[in-house]
Amino acid sequence: MTKPSVEELKAIAKRVRRDIIKMTAAAASGHPGGSLSAVEILIALYFVIMKHDPKNPSWPERDYLVLSKGHASPLLYSVMAEAGYIKKDTLLSFRRLGSPLQGHPDRRRIPGIEASTGSLGQGLSIGIGHALANRLDKRSNYTYVVMSDGETNEGQVWEAAAMAAHHKIDHLVAIIDYNKFQLDDATKVICNMEPIVEKWKSFNWHVEEIDGHDWNQVIEALEKSKNVKDQPAVIIAHTIKGKGISFMENNNHFHGVAPTKEEAERALKELS
Amino acid sequence: MEKRLGKATRDAYGKTLIELGKENPNIVVLDADLSKSTKTCLFQEVFPDRFFNVGIQEANLVGVASGLAASGKIPFVSSFASFLVLKSYDQLRMGAAFPELNVKVVASHGGISVGEDGASQMAIEDIALMTSLPGCVVTIPCDEFSAAQMTRKFAEYKGLAYMRTCRPKAPIIYDEKVKIQIGKGIKLRDGKDITLVANGLLVFEALQAAEDLAKEKIEASVIDMHTVKPLDRDLLISEARKTGHVVVAEEHQIWGGLGSAVATLLAQECPARMAFVAIQDTYAESGPPDELLDKYGLRAVDIVKAAKKIL
Repeated sequence: MTKPSVEELKAIAKRVRRDIIKMTAAAASGHPGGSLSAVEILIALYFVIMKHDPKNPSWPERDYLVLSKGHASPLLYSVMAEAGYIKKDTLLSFRRLGSPLQGHPDRRRIPGIEASTGSLGQGLSIGIGHALANRLDKRSNYTYVVMSDGETNEGQVWEAAAMAAHHKIDHLVAIIDYNKFQLDDATKVICNMEPIVEKWKSFNWHVEEIDGHDWNQVIEALEKSKNVKDQPAVIIAHTIKGKGISFMENNNHFHGVAPTKEEAERALKELS
Repeated sequence: MEKRLGKATRDAYGKTLIELGKENPNIVVLDADLSKSTKTCLFQEVFPDRFFNVGIQEANLVGVASGLAASGKIPFVSSFASFLVLKSYDQLRMGAAFPELNVKVVASHGGISVGEDGASQMAIEDIALMTSLPGCVVTIPCDEFSAAQMTRKFAEYKGLAYMRTCRPKAPIIYDEKVKIQIGKGIKLRDGKDITLVANGLLVFEALQAAEDLAKEKIEASVIDMHTVKPLDRDLLISEARKTGHVVVAEEHQIWGGLGSAVATLLAQECPARMAFVAIQDTYAESGPPDELLDKYGLRAVDIVKAAKKIL
């Protein structure tokens, strides 16, 4: 696979943001805010970093992606459609009865989805399992786990963090979409996890801290994290919830509320 | 009836894991700092690279097992039933049951026969919780031979499966020739008057009860219902048709255990007069296992009493 240029990545990102708006608006439900904040992260993984084959989703040499923040499913589906795992014309069936595009990812329904998520805090543990299996089989593929900042309220995340470092698990990269909000309010209001960088460092993780919307920073941090040995790596990606649409940015109303028809039209105009 | 104590079912599990580890390189074992009690330490001695002690963290334990299963490994996960099932229930649900992964959950120290450690260590709710997970196989073997066989069956079976093992030495019911099949109960004694259905340590008590009833000319069938789910419908329906009276005995809270499962089946297929020997909606306490089984009414004498009540 030839790696796309930044211009090409930007074009994909625009299409993905449009899909997120269309899907959530059509379903009149879903989580647009936290989907829009992680667009660059997921596209960089699928189009630049990860070794994968949409024609052979269970290829043993593939890299694994666990979307632990399962509520960002519109983002995952849209990026997987861009990558060739999902037919584009099924995207608007999101959340409809019988659709493979469930409200939260269901690995049984879409080949290429590695983990069924939606109950926050579990993806890192599952990712550790993938990484350990690959280590046992002496394969060099990577496991990526995309988490939300609010998700790190969960105790299981810190169980997993301690265990992965203790077992010196490398080839494991966690990315925290640090958009500063959770459902009820700002993360600093609900359960402040700062100092986040120091927390992960003290858990013996390699830490990169970046602007999660800057393509070069995202790609560089992922490449650097791949090269970390005998230690898991985490990327703290500062992002903006609702990124890309003026009236949705940092507007936590759109955490779990879909844009209305009128709002969707305005958003799509901005993204045209 | 002569009571010959064999090994605990947890010992049989640990020993069988070694054999399975030799036969199948994909078998991996995980524990949360209780390996000396669950007996997964036996596997660790032989296969240190395929054994993961995650520390005292049950949620992560099950999550890691899910990832291993999704990558083609066959994880056997162990801890005490009280912690493994109750602390990791969401991980068992979202990480194993819902995605239909091949995870084997073998939890020791089930029931109140844990003894002196007391109520916090005694799982009396595990069967209710595990049977409610869609698609999950749920078993309680009664002795070392059936536990060893069941462990082997788990390795062959594809999907989520739960086995409860127990802490104390278990009375010997079988020998190494026993053939255990998931979902098939074993009739240990045939009688025309009443059917005693039990699992785990209560199987011995049911056999004892049948002997005691025979002295009063009451002929009882005794079934080792080692698999609570899927339940052996054919055997239970044919017994209920024959005797019309069924006592279910188990080392579990009366709500949601084997008794509830049998009652749900028979209410629909062949209503029988029923009685239940189980823990009566209460937590137990510290004490020697035998004295606890006496106090909480899980003995042959309790089964006899229940039988007479409905006959």
